[in-house]
Parts: sequence; structure tokens; C-alpha cells
Amino acid sequence: MFGKGILKSLQVTWKRFWDTYIDDLAWWLRGKKRYHSVEGITHRSSKNAKGIFTVQYPEERLILPEETRYLPFLVYNELADGKREILCTSCGICPKVCPPQCIWIVRSNDPQTGKPIPEPTEFYIDMDLCMNCGLCAEYCPFDAIKMDHDFELASYTRNIYELEKLLKPSSYYQSIRPQNFAREEAERKAKEEAKAAKAVKTAVAETPAAAP
Amino acid sequence: MEPESLSLPNYNIPEDLQNVVAVTTIERLYNWGKRSSVWPLMFGLACCAIEMIAAQTARYDLARFGMEVMRPTPRQADMLLVSGTVTKKMLPAIIRLYNQMPEPKYVVAMGACASSGGPFKEGYNVVAGIDKFLPVDVYVPGCPPTPQALIAGLIKLQEKIDKEKFKTSRWYQKGKTDPNYVPMPVLGPDLIDVRRNEEFKRAAARKAGTV
Amino acid sequence: MTAPTSVTAPAEVSAQLYAKLIARFPESVAAETRPNYSGVIIKKENLVEVAAAIRDEFGYDLLTAVTAVDYLAENKMEVVYHAYKTTGGTGLVFRVQAERVDPIEVPSLVEIWAGADFQEREAYDLFGIKFTSHPDLRRILMWEGFEGYPLRKDWKEAFFEEEAKPFKSRWPEGKHTYAEFKNPFRDNLNFPENFDPNSYQPDNEDDLYASLENHSLKNESGLKTDQIVVNMGPHHPSTHGVLRVAVTLEGETILGLKPVMGYLHRNHDKIGERSTFLQIMPYTDRLDYFNSMSNNLGYAIAVEKLMKIPVAERAEYIRVIMAELTRIQNHLIFVGTLTNDLGAMYTPSLYAFEERELILDIFEAVSGARMMCNYLRFGGVVRDIPEDALSKIKDLVYERLPAKTAEMERLLNDNEVLMGRLKGVHVLDGETAVKYSVTGPVLRAAGVPYDIRRADPYSVYDRFDFDVAVRYNGDMMDNYLIRFDEIWQSLRILEQALQQMPEGPVNSQKLQYQVRVPAGEAYGRIESPKGELGFYIVSNGKPTPYRYHVRPASFVNITALEEMCRGSKIQDFVALLAMLDIVMGELDR
Repeated sequence: MFGKGILKSLQVTWKRFWDTYIDDLAWWLRGKKRYHSVEGITHRSSKNAKGIFTVQYPEERLILPEETRYLPFLVYNELADGKREILCTSCGICPKVCPPQCIWIVRSNDPQTGKPIPEPTEFYIDMDLCMNCGLCAEYCPFDAIKMDHDFELASYTRNIYELEKLLKPSSYYQSIRPQNFAREEAERKAKEEAKAAKAVKTAVAETPAAAP
Repeated sequence: MEPESLSLPNYNIPEDLQNVVAVTTIERLYNWGKRSSVWPLMFGLACCAIEMIAAQTARYDLARFGMEVMRPTPRQADMLLVSGTVTKKMLPAIIRLYNQMPEPKYVVAMGACASSGGPFKEGYNVVAGIDKFLPVDVYVPGCPPTPQALIAGLIKLQEKIDKEKFKTSRWYQKGKTDPNYVPMPVLGPDLIDVRRNEEFKRAAARKAGTV
Repeated sequence: MTAPTSVTAPAEVSAQLYAKLIARFPESVAAETRPNYSGVIIKKENLVEVAAAIRDEFGYDLLTAVTAVDYLAENKMEVVYHAYKTTGGTGLVFRVQAERVDPIEVPSLVEIWAGADFQEREAYDLFGIKFTSHPDLRRILMWEGFEGYPLRKDWKEAFFEEEAKPFKSRWPEGKHTYAEFKNPFRDNLNFPENFDPNSYQPDNEDDLYASLENHSLKNESGLKTDQIVVNMGPHHPSTHGVLRVAVTLEGETILGLKPVMGYLHRNHDKIGERSTFLQIMPYTDRLDYFNSMSNNLGYAIAVEKLMKIPVAERAEYIRVIMAELTRIQNHLIFVGTLTNDLGAMYTPSLYAFEERELILDIFEAVSGARMMCNYLRFGGVVRDIPEDALSKIKDLVYERLPAKTAEMERLLNDNEVLMGRLKGVHVLDGETAVKYSVTGPVLRAAGVPYDIRRADPYSVYDRFDFDVAVRYNGDMMDNYLIRFDEIWQSLRILEQALQQMPEGPVNSQKLQYQVRVPAGEAYGRIESPKGELGFYIVSNGKPTPYRYHVRPASFVNITALEEMCRGSKIQDFVALLAMLDIVMGELDR
């Protein structure tokens, strides 16, 4: 019969139309919030999603997975006396690995000793060149540069971020990537312990030699 | 309707009339109308265009902002979403589209490429940012910006529209013929921005002198 | 991990083959002697004759990649051809060399393989190689009048900083500066000496319209009619991006057409030659921006071939899972955009985008980004699939996607309107498709069961039980239905891959940002959702590739567009273009 296929199509769309109300009703009957709740958003991004699929940004937001990367930022530790310890040692791996070459670092030398100061004197990232590839964070040996989750960065001018604007505390990093942070902390601790053990060992080994 | 953007602030409306009456100025009403129906031009360039389409679809639903009516013709569009890499070969077409759009018109540079050339900036066929030719209202960083980031940028544009004044916005200025007209660039041995002809001529002569 | 025996076996086969070819043409074919290179060198005077024998006598009927390499130090320009059999097996590489003195001339192979057309034009555009007897040799990616041939090794772009990344100005004294300030023209521009823009006369595309005239059919009806030329695009809602097509019409019938491209030419090859091997990986994401995972896979395979490193077992399975998920979402979007082009605005494409969002959620959880995944590394992948993402993949593969694909089929397949538009509208027959080097679903819908996953297996595809989707009518309906067939086959592969996936490390190599790639050449190819995606890489042992070329499916498939559309109605043109499933990022690169 001509038109059977169209009726079949309409059936599908009709079912999807009613799904919305049925799903809303089911949530209401269960006494749960389908909208503006973590549970509801998870449901709408799961295999069971049916009916209204919309996540109403900005009132509600998608739950970003831990690995989400947007633009890079620099991590610093908050020290007890209110000072901050920038993890970056300006080793230069991130500007070397950056595909669009959007990272600029100025490394200065100590005027007295002539040796390089580990902390970067200046650090620029041209956010309008960055391609969000995450290679800098992946290859940073000091876990000092990380990819951010913050995406609400639209502005009325171009974005070139300087050191101050790039710095974010490690507590923030922990909040967006708890698993990565825990893993890196454990690794760092293990490394430090191994180093300490080694230092003790060499000290023990060296003492008799140094004595005479 | 969002009364807070329409009503004048600090104006006491009796409680039982709050959803019925709004006290406002013409300017505010006009801006409210503009910001609630910014129709984008149906125009995609590259990767970002896919995220722009994704922002139109069910999950992000730009219709909530009155921006779902994508017009295929520039003559009915209010906003040019430059979504992707602007190449030299494409630029004349973009300028032509922009010039055909009626005022008021807005330009959003979506993503790194439209803002500054992005990862392809060094390429020989890439324009290092659409802002060299068009007045950009909002830059949305990201490569590509996620649909949520794009919506954040569009909200930023709405905020900008809210602050517009008849006296200062560029489309209501008296004087020169058409302040928003951008002359068409020409494709020569390289992209010729006709506004800078004399400068190019001098630089080319200097180049000959030094070599 | 591929066993070492399976690597040597095809090499022996091709060694025998090359010996046979040299024995057949002792005068004009010479063996390739450079280490890590394969194939034969053909004297350019005899190229057409030998190529005809390769096609007819040796049976290599599918010419996939044609590209050029500029060997500046040896003062040679080389054109490299990769030919394959549609019945499967490894390829035949042959090349011609020409002195690097203008005019560089090489005979054209368009008469033998029509699919060489656009690829030769590209080589002409970017290298300045003149293909004698090419019917329509015009610039293809850049515009007529552009100064210089950009991919020559002695040509430098306006923002040229150094030969290779990383640039020294970034560290340790990296004060931020704009590239504009280093250029005399204060922008990404480069004009010849003493150039005067005021007196410049731009090209008015006479050549383009002249080529259209030459190709149009004669009016046989005897009626006096006028032909009109319609330019569609580059801004057109249904050209899938910034493609422009100049069409000659008589009434509503298409007499001839010429695609004009390059509106999204982002200089992928040139940037690739300045970047290190690892830095290219995120750039490949932006080729076919629907399928970044497959692009990564193709590139990783090419480099791994050159480096001769094994891939971690678990990573192989992860790669397959990602590539097949990519294929599913690509085909769903294909259905969405096709119906969009046919006038069914929104409903099917909104449904398709819903499923795509769920798949992109997985990509985001696994790789960190929705579209530009940058997930693969040489020897494996960046990180293991997180637990919750893996369970989400299983949910999708076992429950959601089969149900939703079936729903999509119910929605559209029997729909009379869709059938009326699609059924019986001819796209391509098998023979023509092979002649035009068309690959992917379009070729398979024309009855040629050529799928690289089966014909020349890569990764671990030889371990899965799946059918090569094939349909025989070659009309639009078949082209449409084959997408669904492929989704079902992908789901089959995914189910097996999820069951077989072993535990273990996800990378066989140490994490390093400077990979050592030995000198030589390699051509890695995969069956991307759109067809054959190939990466041709020449390394000279340095951190950056000497030549990096992408053989995109869309670009070569569109060679057949004129053949497909000639004689059909202008209304069907939009749908025929949708059939090719082109993506401009890949087409123009």
C-alpha cells in the first residue's frame, strides 16, 4: 500500500514525541528530579536516554569526564606561609612539543650564580593558537602544566594568557582530576622515598671514604 | 520572557503586576528584541561548523536562545558565525556575505582558527584571524569550542547587545557612506587587501631594494 | 602484535612481482635501490605504456595514490604512484623521476586511470609538475595567479620561521611576539619584488569556464536552447562545506560540471613537513573532522610501518573499537545529512546527532576531547580506556546502537518519499568507479567488494568475523542502504573486539616526544568510513618527515562527480554529492 512507509515513519516520530512525557511522568512518579540534578543529567547521557535529550546549559551542565581537556593552565602549590610554589621549572619541553608552537617561556639566570632559575620569569600561551591537543600536559615531566576543564572563556578581545592568568592552585587541579592527581601524588611520593632511601644508602657508603 | 533583562532595574513594580507590566526604555526594549532572536547565517567553514551544528541539535538546543533559525541567505541573518579556518581563497566570499548582511550585524569568531589562524596560522593559504577584515564581537577560544563553550560565547554576545546604545553603536552613526562596508580583497600573487595597497607597494619595493 | 612472518611474506610477493615487471620491460623499468624504499622506477618516456601493462597484464586496476616528492639535493622531482588490485593484496609502487629544471614534464596517466585526474592537478598546483596530455591541467587548491609552488622545498611561506619545529624563539628567551611583525608585509602575505597591487588584474576564471565548455554534451534534440552556467557554493547550505561547483545546465539537466576546491586548503602537507612526527598527530584529527580516530589510526600505521615497531596487543583492540565507533557515527550522520539534503530537514539528522553525542561522550571520556581526539601514539594509545567508559561502550554496542539503528531503518527505509528520490537514480557502476579510483561505500555499493579491512588487512582486522558489505545496483538507494549494512557489520566487529580484548599495557613504546624514524618511505592506508585514507611518508632520519602526504578519500572520490552527475537533474545533484559523503577538511586539507 502506498503510504505505508510514511505511516511507519510517523509512528517512530510519534513514539519519540510521547516518550518525553512518559519519561517525565515516570521520574515524577518516582519523586525524582529529571532536570537540574546530577542524576537526571546522567540519565540523559546514558543508554537509557529517551524523551527530552537537552541539557539546558547554562542552567545545568554536562558532567565532564576526568580526561576532558580544554586549554592548558599551570599548577602551583599553596605553601603554608601563603606563598606559592610554581611547579614549572621552565625546562622547555612544552614549547618543544607544542604542535602550533603557541607556548613562549622566558627563563632567566640568577645574576649572582649565573645558573638558570627554575621558575619561569615569563610564560605566555596564545590561547587563540592552542589546538587543545594536550601534548604539553602529557609530556611535562613535573606535572606542572595541565589541561583545564573550564570552557567559558569567550571574550571581547583576543586571548594571550600570561603567567599570572595561567596559574591555578593544585587544589583546583585535584578538584577537576581527582584520579590523575592521586596517581601522580603516589608516584611522586614513591619517587621521593626511593630518592631518600638512595641518599641514605650513598651517605652510608660514602661516609667511610670521606672520613680520611 | 526574561523580565530582568527587559525591565529597568530598581523600578518598583507592585508584586501582583510583576508578570504583567514591564517598565522599560525604548532602547532596552529594542535590545531585548535583538538579543532574543539573533539569527545566524547558515554558514560553516571547517571543523568548528560541526560543533556549531551540534549546538543546534537536541542536546544543546540553541533554540532556547532564539538562535535556531539558521538563514541560508545573508540578507536575513543577524550574525555571522565564522566557524573554522578562514583561507585566503575563501575570504572574498566571506566578505561578500558580510557586506550583504543587514545591520545590525554581529560577527563571532568561533575557535582558534577564526580568531587568529590557530594551529594553521603558519600555512600559506590561511588568514591569520578574521578580525583583520571584519569587526569581531566575540572570540570563543577552543579548538574546536565545545557546543557548551559556543553557547557561553553566544551568551556573551547577548550581554554585549544588552549594553548597546543608539548613540554609540556603529550602525546608527551619521557621516561617511557606510562604515560597515568592507572592500573586497583581491586574489593576486597573494591575498591583496585593497585598503593596504600603498603599504604593500612600498614593502615590495623595499624588498627589491634589499635583495 | 603482527607476527614477523606475516610481514615478510607480502614483501617476498612484491619482490617477485617487481622482478617480473622488470623482466617484462627491461629497457624502461629499473629496480629501486634506495634502502627502505620499495617499487620500481620507470623511465618517463615509457610511463604510459608500462602503466597500461600494469593495469591490464598485471591486474592492478585501482590506482589509489598519486603524489610528488621534491628531492632538492638530488635535483630531482619524483612522482609516486600506488596501484592495488580490487581483488586484494599488497600494492605496486612505481615512480618516475624528472630533472628539477622548469618546465618539469611527466606524462599524464588520466587516460589509463581517470582517478589520477585531480591528484595530478594537485601535484601540478603544489609542485609545478606539468603533466603532458592532461586534459584539464589547472591549479586545483590554490587560485590561478598564486605566486610559486608551495610544496617545493625551496619555497617558503610568508610566516616562515625555521625549517622545522620546535622554533628556537620559543625557549629559553620566549618573549611573545606576533608572527606578523617578522614579515615585511605585516601579515601572512608575500608579494614578488616591486609588485604594484594597483595595476594588478585578477584572474577571471576563463580557464574554468572554458573547461566546462569542452566537456559539455552536444544538444541533440535540434531545439535551439541556451546553456547556463550555475555556480553552487562556496557558501551553499548543501555542499557539505565550502565546496564550489560550476555546473552547465540545459534546462534542468546537467551537461557538465567542475568542482572548484581549495576553499579550506589549510596546507596540511606543508605544516606536516615542518612538524615532528608526534606533532602531526593532532593535525590529522582535523583532516576528516568527523572521524578523527580513524585519521589517527591511518597515520599511526604509516609511521609504525616506517619505524618497524610492534603495537601493544590491547591497544590494537582499543584502536579497532574506536575506529568502528567512528564509522558508526559517521554513517549515522551521513543518513542525517542526506535526508537533510533531500529536504527532510532536521528529524533524521537530529536523531542521528543524538547517537553521535553519546559516542562522542565516550571519545571525550577516553581521549579528552569530543572531536579532536589525538588519542593514538606510535606503538599504542595514550591511556587505557577508563572503567566507566568501557561499560558505556558496552551499553552502547550491545543495547543502544542496535536498537537505534533499527529505529532509524524503520523511520526511513520504507518511506515512499525517500524511495522516490533514491531508487533508480544511478550513481556509478563498478567499472567506472574503479576507473575513477573511487573507494569506500560508493565503490562497494557499485558491486565491487573492496574493503581494505579485508583486502589488505591492517591492525587486527584479520581476527574478526565480519562481512564486507556490498550491494549491486549502484543506485542511490544502494548507496544509502550500504551505510546501514556497514553499521551492522561494525557492530559485529565491536562485539567481537570487546569480547576478545586482552589485558595488558596499551603502548609498546616508552613515552617520548621525539620518536626516531629511520630513513625511508612508507604508505599506510586504512578503510576510513569514507574510503581509502592513505598516508605517504618519506623520512630522511630527521625528527620531521621529509615529505608528508595525505591521500584523502573525499578528494579522490570527487573526481568521479562529473561522471556521476552528467545527464541527471540539478535537483539530484545535491543528493549525489551527499552520496560521496565528502568532508572539506579532508578534501582540501
